[in-house]
Amino acid sequence: MRIEIESARLIDPSANLDRVGNLYLADGRIAGVGEAPAGFVAERRIDGRGLVAAPGLIDLCARMREPGTDGALRVEMRAALAGGVTGVVCPPDTDPPLDEPGLVRMLRQRSREAAGARLYPLGALTANLKGEALAQMCTLAEVGCVAFAQTGALPNHRATLLSALRYARTFDLPVWLRPVDASLAAGGVAGEGAIAGRLGLPSVPAVAETVALHTIFELQRATGQRPVRIHLCRVSTAAGVDLVRAARRQGLPVTADVAILNVHGVDADIGQFDSNWRLDPPLRSERDRAAIRAALVDGTIDAICSDHAPIALEDKLLPFGEAGVGASGLETLLPLLLGWAQSEKVPLLRALATLTRGPAGVLAEDTGTLLVGRKADVVLFDPLETWAVNAETLLSSGKNSPYLGRELTGRVRTTIVGGEIRFDRVPGAGVPA
Amino acid sequence: MIDLDAESIYAVFAQRVRELVAGRTLGLVGVHTGGVWLAERLRKDLQVSAEVGVLDVSFYRDDFAHGGLNPAVRPSRIPFDVAGCHVLLVDDVLNTGRTVRAAMNELFDYGRPASIDLAVLIDRGGRELPIAPSVVGRTIEVPEEVSVVLVREPSGRLHLTLEQRARA
Amino acid sequence: MPDPVLNPQLNADGELHHLLSLDGLPRGIIERILSTADSFISVGSREVKSVPLLRGRSVFNLFFENSTRTRTTFEIAAKRLSADVFNLNIAASSAAKGESLLDTINNLTAMQADLFVVRHSQGGAPHLIASHVAPHVHVINAGDGRHAHPTQGLLDIYTIRHYKRDFGALSVAVVGDILHSRVARSDLHALRALGVPDVRAVGPLTLLPDGLETLGVRVFTSLQDGIRDADVVIMLRLQSERMDGALLPSASEYFRKYGLTPEALRAAKPDCIVMHPGPMNRGVEIDSRVADGAHSVILPQVTFGIAVRMAVLSIAASSARFR
Repeated sequence: MRIEIESARLIDPSANLDRVGNLYLADGRIAGVGEAPAGFVAERRIDGRGLVAAPGLIDLCARMREPGTDGALRVEMRAALAGGVTGVVCPPDTDPPLDEPGLVRMLRQRSREAAGARLYPLGALTANLKGEALAQMCTLAEVGCVAFAQTGALPNHRATLLSALRYARTFDLPVWLRPVDASLAAGGVAGEGAIAGRLGLPSVPAVAETVALHTIFELQRATGQRPVRIHLCRVSTAAGVDLVRAARRQGLPVTADVAILNVHGVDADIGQFDSNWRLDPPLRSERDRAAIRAALVDGTIDAICSDHAPIALEDKLLPFGEAGVGASGLETLLPLLLGWAQSEKVPLLRALATLTRGPAGVLAEDTGTLLVGRKADVVLFDPLETWAVNAETLLSSGKNSPYLGRELTGRVRTTIVGGEIRFDRVPGAGVPA
Repeated sequence: MIDLDAESIYAVFAQRVRELVAGRTLGLVGVHTGGVWLAERLRKDLQVSAEVGVLDVSFYRDDFAHGGLNPAVRPSRIPFDVAGCHVLLVDDVLNTGRTVRAAMNELFDYGRPASIDLAVLIDRGGRELPIAPSVVGRTIEVPEEVSVVLVREPSGRLHLTLEQRARA
Repeated sequence: MPDPVLNPQLNADGELHHLLSLDGLPRGIIERILSTADSFISVGSREVKSVPLLRGRSVFNLFFENSTRTRTTFEIAAKRLSADVFNLNIAASSAAKGESLLDTINNLTAMQADLFVVRHSQGGAPHLIASHVAPHVHVINAGDGRHAHPTQGLLDIYTIRHYKRDFGALSVAVVGDILHSRVARSDLHALRALGVPDVRAVGPLTLLPDGLETLGVRVFTSLQDGIRDADVVIMLRLQSERMDGALLPSASEYFRKYGLTPEALRAAKPDCIVMHPGPMNRGVEIDSRVADGAHSVILPQVTFGIAVRMAVLSIAASSARFR
C-alpha cells in the first residue's frame, strides 16, 4: 500500500530531523522523506497537519501475559498500537517462563496472527528462571529470542550467573539483567527515604541496586577481553546512574533503560498508600528522578520503557504491601514522555530518541527510524490532544494506571507497522487517493 | 423588648427556693453553665454546706444524631452521694424541657435520688415534654426566634439578655 | 499528585469522620479529643459507667491482627457509650478462606455497621477500607502495620498533658524499636502537632527509620545522651515478632545498652515520667524497678486509654456524612 502523510511535523532522532513535510511509504518501507520518490502515486493520503510523524515507538518492556492467559496477547497488542508502539520486548517471566523453544514459537505465531506490534521475545537466562541452571540459550535464540534475561533480581548463586554470562558471551548473545540484590531488597515495598520512613513501609535501599550493579560489572569484566553485552533493566537510583556512567566511560558494553514512571513520579506520589503506585522498581526521591532525567539527556541511559504490567483490579484493591506490583503503561507511555519533555524543556527530538533510536540501538534492530529503505513503522500523534484516562479509553485489560481518572496530553492517531495501518483512532481518516 | 432585671428576679427566685427547702437538706445540682452560677449563689444564700454538683448534659442530649457532639463538653461532677438524696436541680431558662430530661437521666446514672425538685430562674414556656418546675423566678413570653441568655459579670452580678436565635 | 488539601479523615466541614493517622491532623481536632476525654474520665468513676451517646449504633471490631488488649479497651469504650459491639477475629474466618478485604467490608456494611475499628498487619489497610465504605460509616485505625496507632498516640499525649500541663517547654524521648513501631510514629506526630519543642528518638541505627530529621526529631544512638534532662521518656516494646531480619544480636545486649534501669534514668530530670504502651518486656527494654517505680505512669495510661477512645468514637460518630 502506498501511503502519503501530508504536512506533518517529521521527527526522526536517528537523522536529526525535525521539520514539517511529507512522508512517503511504499511496499512496507520508507520510500521518501520530504520529497516524493519518482513516480510515486499515493493509494492513501493522511492529513498530518498539526500532528507529529515519528518512528513507531519501541518499548523495551511490556508484559503481554502470554504464555499465561489465552487471548491476552491480542488485547495487549491492541493497547500497544493505541499507544503508538510498533515494537514490544516481552520479558520471560510468563507462565510458564520462556525457557522452551516451543513456547517461543507459539508466542511468535500468535503475535503474527494478532497483527499488532512486532514482538521481540526475551528468553529466560536460567531454566524456569530459578537462577540455578542455564537455559538452552542457543536453541531459544534460533527460534527468535533477541536476548536472555533474569527478571526480578540477580540470581543468588553468583557462580551460576557468571557461568550464564560466559555461556552467552560464547555465542555473542546479549544478557538483560535487573540490577537488584535480592537479600538487600528483601521485603521492601517502597523506595528508601523519608516517605517510606514516615509511612512505616518496608523499604528497598539504594544499595540493593548499587551492590547489584557492582556485581554485574565485575562479573561482566570476568567474561573476557571482549565482555558479554549487558543491558540493565530499570535503573532507579542516582547512585546507580553514576555507576552506569562510569562503567560506560571505561568502555564496558553496557546499555540501560528506565521505567517511564521513574522518570515521572517520586515517592511522595504514594500519598495515602495508593496501591496504583506499588511498583518495582519503587518510586524514589526527587534527587533520584533528577539524576535519571539528566542521564536520559546525556545518553547514559539509552531508553525509556513502559514496564507495562496489566493487573486485575481486585489485585490492586488490597493494602499497599499486599497489592499486585506494577502499572498498566502502554497507552500512557507517550503522553508521559511528552509531559517530561515539556516540563524539563527537553527538545522533542531528544526526548523521542529514548523511545525510538535508543531502544533500537539496544536491540541492534534497524527499526526506530524514518530513513529511506527501512521498515515503515510509523506513529502519527497529536501532541496537544488531551484525553481522560479511564477504563473505557484504556484498551489494555490492565486498568491499573496511576493516572486513572486524570487527563493526559498527547494522543496517538494512527499507528503503521511494516507499511500497514494497524491502528486508526478515527477510522477512515486515511482518505483513499 | 422586655426589660429583665436578673438580680431582682433572682431575689424573688431565691426567696421561693427558701420557702420550698424549709429547713430540709438538699443536694444542689446546677445544669452547666447558667444553672451552676445560680446554684452557687443559692448555696451561699441558703448556707448549704455541701459543694454544688455540676452537670454537663452533652452526653445525654436527644439531638446527637442531628447536631453532633458539643465541641466544648466539660466534665460533670457530683461531689455528694446522689442515692437517697433530695436533689434540687437548678437551671437558668426552661423552654422545651429537653435539657432537664437529659439532666435527670444523667443524675440517675449517679444513683437513685429520693426526690428531684426543679428550680428555674426564667420559664419561657414552649414545653415539648411533661416537665414541671417547683420554683420559677419569673414566667415570660418571647417570640420563638428570640433566645434568653443568662450572663454573669466578673463581679458576680447576673444579667439577662435577649438574642436573635441563629437560624438552624 | 494527591491533593494535600483533601484530608481523608475529615468530612466536607473539616470535622473528624475517620481516625486513620495523627500525621496531618489539625491541632484543634487533637485538642478537642483530649478535652472531651476529660469528661469521659469522670464517667468512669461513677456507679453507672456509661452514657447513652452511641445507643443504637453498631461498632464492629475488625482485628486482622490479634490483640486482646487493644480490642478489649475499644470494646469497653464502645460499651460505655452504650453502643452495640461486635468482635470479628478475621484471621480465623473469611480472610483465611480467601475472601478479599473489601468483600468482607461490604458484607459487614450490609449488616448495618456504623463504625469499624480496624487493626491490620499492613500499613494503609484502614485507608483502603475508609475509601470504600458508605458515606455514613466511620473507620477508626487501631494499628496498621508499622504506620500508625493514632489512639495510642492520643492517649500518650493525654497522659503527658495530665502530668506535665505545658507542652511548650518539654523534652520528650521515645526509646527503642522505632523502625517497626506504629506507636512511635503516632507519638512523634502528636508531639510535633502540639508544639513540643524537643522531641527525641533513641535507638541503635538498625532500629531507626529514615527521615526522622525531616519530622523535626533529634536522633540519638546513646540512651544516656538521648534521655538527658528529659521530662518524659516513652519506652517502646522490643518487637521481636516484627523483626524478621538479624537487627539485634540478643535481648540481653539490648538491655545492657538501651534498657531503662534506675541508674540510666538518673540522666533524665528528677520529676521525669516514664511511659510504656504495653505490654512490657521486663528485663528487655525496661527494668522492673522502673516499671513499678515512682516515675512510672504506665498503669494510669490504661485508664486514660478508655476515656480517649470514648472521645474518639463519639467525635467521629457525630459527623453524619463524609463528603
